[in-house]
Amino acid sequence: MKEILAELERRRSTARAGGGAKRVEAQHARGKLTARERIECLLDERSFEEIDIYVEHRCTDFGMGESKIPGDGVVIGSGTINGRIVYLFAKDFTVFGGSLSETHAAKMVKLQEMALKNRAPIIGLFDAGGARIQEGVAALGGYGEVFLRNVLSSGVIPQISVIMGPCAGGDVYSPAMTDFIFMVRDTSYMFVTGPDVVKTVTNEIVTSEELGGASVHTTKSSVADGSFENDVEALLQVRRLVDFLPANNQAPLPEIVSHDLPDRVERSLDTLVPDNPNKPYDMKELILKVVDEGDFFEIQGNHAKNILCGFARMEGRTVGIVANQPMVLAGVLDIDASKKAARFVRFCDCFNIPIVTFVDVPGFLPGTAQEYGGLIKHGAKLLFAYAEATVPKITVITRKAYGGAYDVMSSKHIRGDVNYAWPTAEIAVMGAKGAVEILYRSELGDPEKIAKRTKEYQDRFANPFVAAERGYIDDVIMPHSTRSRIARALRLLRNKQLENPWKKHDNIPL
Amino acid sequence: MFKKILIANRGEIACRVIKTARKMGIRTVAVYSDADRDAVHVEMADERVHIGPPAAAQSYLLIDKIVDACLQTGAEAVHPGYGFLSERAAFPVALAEKGIVFIGPNPRAIEAMGDKIESKKFANAASVSTVPGFLGTIESADHAVEIAREIGYPVMIKASAGGGGKGMRIAWNDAECREGYTLSKNEAAASFGDDRVFVEKFIVDPRHIEIQVLGDKHGNVVYLGERECSIQRRNQKVIEEAPSPLIDAATRAAMGEQSVALAKAVAYDSAGTVEFVADQNRNFYFLEMNTRLQVEHPVTELVTGIDLVEQMIRVAAGEELSFRQKDVTLTGWAVESRIYAEDPFRNFLPSIGRLVRYRPPEEGSDGEITVRNDTGVVEGSEISMFYDPMIAKLVTHGPTRLEAIEAQSDALDAFVIDGIQHNIPFLTSLHHHPRWREGRLSTGFIREEYPDGFGVRAVDAAAKPLLAAAAVAMEVIRQDRLEALPGRLRPASGDLRKDWVVRLDKDYIPVTIHEGFAAIPLELDLSVGEGAAPVNVVSRWQPGDLLWTGIVGEESLTVQVRPVPNGAELRYRGISVVAKVMTPRVAKLEALMPEKAPPDTSRFLLCPMPGLVVTIEVVEGQEVKAGETLAVVEAMKMQNVLRAERDLTVKAVKAKPGDSLAVDAVIMEFE
Repeated sequence: MKEILAELERRRSTARAGGGAKRVEAQHARGKLTARERIECLLDERSFEEIDIYVEHRCTDFGMGESKIPGDGVVIGSGTINGRIVYLFAKDFTVFGGSLSETHAAKMVKLQEMALKNRAPIIGLFDAGGARIQEGVAALGGYGEVFLRNVLSSGVIPQISVIMGPCAGGDVYSPAMTDFIFMVRDTSYMFVTGPDVVKTVTNEIVTSEELGGASVHTTKSSVADGSFENDVEALLQVRRLVDFLPANNQAPLPEIVSHDLPDRVERSLDTLVPDNPNKPYDMKELILKVVDEGDFFEIQGNHAKNILCGFARMEGRTVGIVANQPMVLAGVLDIDASKKAARFVRFCDCFNIPIVTFVDVPGFLPGTAQEYGGLIKHGAKLLFAYAEATVPKITVITRKAYGGAYDVMSSKHIRGDVNYAWPTAEIAVMGAKGAVEILYRSELGDPEKIAKRTKEYQDRFANPFVAAERGYIDDVIMPHSTRSRIARALRLLRNKQLENPWKKHDNIPL
Repeated sequence: MFKKILIANRGEIACRVIKTARKMGIRTVAVYSDADRDAVHVEMADERVHIGPPAAAQSYLLIDKIVDACLQTGAEAVHPGYGFLSERAAFPVALAEKGIVFIGPNPRAIEAMGDKIESKKFANAASVSTVPGFLGTIESADHAVEIAREIGYPVMIKASAGGGGKGMRIAWNDAECREGYTLSKNEAAASFGDDRVFVEKFIVDPRHIEIQVLGDKHGNVVYLGERECSIQRRNQKVIEEAPSPLIDAATRAAMGEQSVALAKAVAYDSAGTVEFVADQNRNFYFLEMNTRLQVEHPVTELVTGIDLVEQMIRVAAGEELSFRQKDVTLTGWAVESRIYAEDPFRNFLPSIGRLVRYRPPEEGSDGEITVRNDTGVVEGSEISMFYDPMIAKLVTHGPTRLEAIEAQSDALDAFVIDGIQHNIPFLTSLHHHPRWREGRLSTGFIREEYPDGFGVRAVDAAAKPLLAAAAVAMEVIRQDRLEALPGRLRPASGDLRKDWVVRLDKDYIPVTIHEGFAAIPLELDLSVGEGAAPVNVVSRWQPGDLLWTGIVGEESLTVQVRPVPNGAELRYRGISVVAKVMTPRVAKLEALMPEKAPPDTSRFLLCPMPGLVVTIEVVEGQEVKAGETLAVVEAMKMQNVLRAERDLTVKAVKAKPGDSLAVDAVIMEFE
C-alpha cells in the first residue's frame, strides 16, 4: 500500500514540476511567474484544488509521441478569493509553451462547464504560444469548444482574463469574449497575427509591443480593461476586483461592513463646479468623495478618458459608477466613450449591480471623423444599454446635460429611477451661446443684442428647475449631501422589480 | 472704538484680522477680486465688496476701489494686513482725505521707513548700527560692480521698494553682480513698479533677527522681544520662532532699545518690525523696518500673550497703550512653519490648483502645548496663480524650544493636504534636523544642509519598524472585513493570520502577530523583524482614513496614508514610502519581479510648473553648456530660470515666448 501512495506522490510532483527547473528559470528571467506561482498569488493560501493534473496529449505526429508532460500546458482547478469560490485555469508556458492541444482544450472546457454549472466566476491566466501546430485541426476544434463555453457563460458568471505573456492567434478570442481583460506591462501582448505575418502581408514593420502590448490595448484599441506593473500586482488587483463582483447573475451583491457613514457631508463639493462654465474640474474627485472610503476600481482608465467607469461601494454594497469627465474633451460623448460606457453598463445590468451616473456632458462630439466612424450607431449603444438596464439607476447632473446626450446619460425618460441635479445643472438642448446663434441669426451682427439674448436664454434655461418643473429631475440637491442622497436612493431601490418584455435577446446596434 | 472696519487684504491675514475684530465686537467688511469670490475671508466678514479682476494690480492694489468700498459700507477704519497696500504711504493719505482711519502707522513713518535707503539714513541718525553699503541709486550694472568692489564681495543687491525676497540677489563676483543687478531691477519693476536697487555688504553666516515694536499716538513705544527667521529659502522665510536661541537678555535689551529709538525718531504709532542681521557673535546690524504687521507675528503673540491686531486697532482708534515695557514678558517658546503651495521635490516650484483635501491639525491648547493654524483656505479652495502661494501658518507653543518643535512636528504629520504639491515633507525634515534642534542657525541653513535640494527621505532604521507595524495593523482591519463576504466555500475561521511580510521600499520585513483580535479600536502584539521583541500596537484607524494615528510600543505616531495598488503610500516625518503587506509566500514571489526603470525624460526640457514662457534663450541646433539658461518661465510673479543640467544640443524648440504651459509640457527637445 505504501508503495502505491508513494507512486501517487511521485506522479504529483512530476506534474507539479511543469516543464522542469530550466524552463522555470527562463520564465523567471523574463520577469514572469510560473502558472502555479501565479495561482498562489491569486488564490487564498492552500485553497487551490487542482484537477486533471495527469492529462496528457494524444498526438503522435512530428515526434510528439515521445514528448509528454502531465497537465499538457494548462493548470485547472478551483479555489477561493477571500473565501469565495472561483474556478481558474492558468496556461503553463513551461509546458509546450502553453500551446493548445485537443486535450488541453478539453481541460479548459471541463472547467468552464463546472464554473457555469456551479455558478461561480472563472478566471483565465494567459501565457501561451497559440495552437499546438503539430495537432492541426484538432486544436482548432478545441478552440471552438472553448469559445462556445465563453459565450454560454457570458452574463451568467463573471469571466475574467489576465494576459501575462504572449496571447496570439486563436488564443485571443477566448479572452475577447470574457467580461474583463487585464494585461501585464512589458511582458504581455495580444494580437490576431504577429509581427512576422504582418510584415509578409502588409510590409509593416512593428514589434510585438507596438502591435499588441499593454499600452496599445489599454489606450488605443480598448481590448484590455487595465494594465499592471507585474504579475503579482495584476493578480492581487484581480482579487480586489473579484471582491466587488457577485458570484453569478442570481447571487446577491457582495456586502462588506462599511465604517464610512452614509450621511457623511462633503462641504468641498459645493465648490467643485467652477464659476466659469468653460473651466474643467475633476469628476474623479466627486466619485472619490461620494463612494465608501474613496475606494474606486476603475475600468479602462486609460481609454476614452472623457468618461469614467468603475466599481465602488455605497454602504458596503457594490455599485457601478459611470461619469462624464469634464477634464478630458469637456466630457463629450464620442465613439470610444460611448462604447466603453455601454459595455460597462451592460456588465452591471447582467450582474444586478446598481448604476450611479454623474452627468456633465456638452453633447456628442461633432466632426467627420466621428460621423464616418459611425457615431450614430456607437452612441446608440450607450443609449440602448442604459434604456434596457433594469438595475437601480441613479443619476446626478452636476453641470451640463445638453441635447441628445442628456437623454442618453441615464435620464428619467429611459427609466432612470432617481434623477437628481445640483443647483449648477443646466439641462437644455444646447448651451446658451449656440442656441442664441440659431434662434436670433438675424441679430448676429449686433453683439450687444446677442449678449442680451444670450443672457435671457441663460437665465431661462441654464438651471435645473425647468427640468424639475416637469418632473424630469426628482429633486435639486446640495452638492455636499450627494453621498447621503445616493445612499438613501440605493436603499429605496434595493427591492426594485422591473422586467423587460420576453424576447430571445435584444438587437443592440453592434 | 470703531464700529466697522474694512480689511484691505485677502487670505489668511484677512481672516486673522476678522477674528480679532469679531472678538472686539467690531463689524467687518471684506473686499475681494473675481478669483476670491468663494474665499474664506469673504464668507467670514459681515459685509463684502467686489473690487475687480483677479490681478492684484487691478483689485487689491487699487487705492480708489478700497476707499470707495469704505464709503459704500461706512467702514470707519481700514486694516491693510501685510503686502498689497500695507506699506504705501499714499494709502493712509487717501483714506484720511475721506476721514477714514488707517490701522497702521502714520504716512510719514511709512515713507521714511518704506524706502530702504531713506530708512538707513534715519537709522544712522538714531545711532542704530547699520551694515556698510552704498545708499545712493545705482545707475548701471557697471556702477553696481564698481560699488561692490569697493565694499568687497560678497554683496547683496536689493530692490529699494522690495520685501519678501523679491528683487533680491547675492553676488560673489563681478559676473553675478551684473546678472543680479539686471534680475533685481526687472523683478523690482514687475513686482513693485519701482526699479531702484541698492548694494550692501553681505554678512557671512548671518542670522535674521527682528524686533517687534508697538507704538501709540501718545508717544509710547515698547518692544515685544525678538523673532528669529533665519530658516529661509532664497530669502523667503520658512520657519520662524520667538524668542531666538541666539539672543541673550542683554542683546535683547540692546536691540529692543535701538528699535524703540528708531521708532520714536519717526513718531511710530502702530505695530512695526525692525529687522536686523546678526552674526554668530551677536553683533547686529539694522536691515530695515517693516511698517506693518509681519507674516510671522503669531509667534510673538504666543510668547507675549498680546494680540497684535487688537493693539493695532486700539492705537489706531487713539487709545493709549495699556502696558509699559516692564509689563512685557516672554513665556515659553513659539515656532511657526509656513506651509506653501510648492513642490519640494521639484526645486520648490509653485503648485497651483484645487485643495482636494485640506484637514489642518486640531487647534487649541492641550496641557502646556498650544497649536494654532492661521489660514485662509478650506477644503475645496483654489490656490490660484495670482497671489502668494502660502496656504497656512502653523504655529505651536510649548514651555521650551524642543517641546514647541516636537509639537510642531506632530502637527505637521497630521496636516492633510491633497490636490496640490506642498512643502510639508520639507518642513518636517527641517524640524527633525539636528542642527535646527540645536539652534545653530544662519540664513544659509537650507543651502548648506540641503545643497542638492530636497529629495524624498529614505526610511531610516527608527521609522522602519513603526511604519511596518502600522501597515500590518491596517491590513488586519482590511482583511477582516473581506472574510465576511457572502458565498464562502467554508465559514471563516475567525483566526487572525499571524505571519506577514511588509515591503517598505526595497526591504521585505517579516512581521509576526502574537496576539490580538481584528476590531476597531485595534490592539495587537507583534514583532517586526526576525525574532524581534514583541511590541504593542493600538489604533482606531478604519479603512478610508487618511491618517493612521496610533501607538507602536512607546512611540505615539501619526502617519499619512494614501492608497496605491495593493498597498499604501505612507508619509511620516518627511519620509514617503510605499508599504505593501503580503503573505510570506506572495512576498517571495514578488521579490522575483523585475525592477523597472522609469521612462527617460532627460531628453526633454519640461515645464516644471504651470506658467508663462517669458523668453527662450536658445535656438534649434545650438550647443549649450551645463548651467546655461535655456528658457525663463514666469509663475506666481516669480521668474524661474531653467538651466541646462548637462552639456547638450538643442534639437527642437516646442514653445515660444507668451505661451501658457501646463506642468510637464515639453519646452524643448535635446539630441
